[in-house]
Amino acid sequence: MLSVVDLLSWVLIVLGSFFTIVGGIGLVRMPELYTRMHAASVTDTLGAGFLILGMMLQAGLSLVTLKLAFILGLFFFFAPVVTHALAQAALHEKVEPLLAEDRRGRGDGAAGGDGRGP
Amino acid sequence: MFAVATAAVLITLALALTRAILGPTVFDRVLAGNSVGTLAILLLAVLGFLTGRPEFLDIGLTYGLLNLIGTLAVLKFFRHGDLAHDAEGERKS
Repeated sequence: MLSVVDLLSWVLIVLGSFFTIVGGIGLVRMPELYTRMHAASVTDTLGAGFLILGMMLQAGLSLVTLKLAFILGLFFFFAPVVTHALAQAALHEKVEPLLAEDRRGRGDGAAGGDGRGP
Repeated sequence: MFAVATAAVLITLALALTRAILGPTVFDRVLAGNSVGTLAILLLAVLGFLTGRPEFLDIGLTYGLLNLIGTLAVLKFFRHGDLAHDAEGERKS
């Protein structure tokens, strides 16, 4: 028999799996660095958040739940820090964002973010 | 149902590795590496529940801290070319 807590945790875990895969697909399919960072943040917040909330419901009230809460807090504080540092370093190395005006001017959307390394 | 979550995390790991191999700039690779770190923590947690022994979470916490320090160190190296660079002096000038 499935209790309400079990059912809720399974729903959360399936939702977390879905958003994790969505973030991964975005990481491969997006056209340039800054949109890829947006896709990776889906995995970091929604995917990890739903998965860990579902696991917390499975664990019940114990030390495991506390550790999961610590991991969740770690994601919520560290993911924006890393994203900000990454965007700042990329802008400093003159990796330009792909803009809509550029796409109209060149007539070719794939030409932006010209893939030069530092 | 934890098997579903494990499969999802493994698929996403493969996608992140694809981006790390393809990625044109070094920052794409750093982003993919950071995602791999996040997914490794999730995989540790989910595998712990899948095998009924959720003691791997301590390793996951440590890995999260190391992931932050490692990513920031790599970014600082590629931005300044030097890990001991003084960012305060640059801001004043």
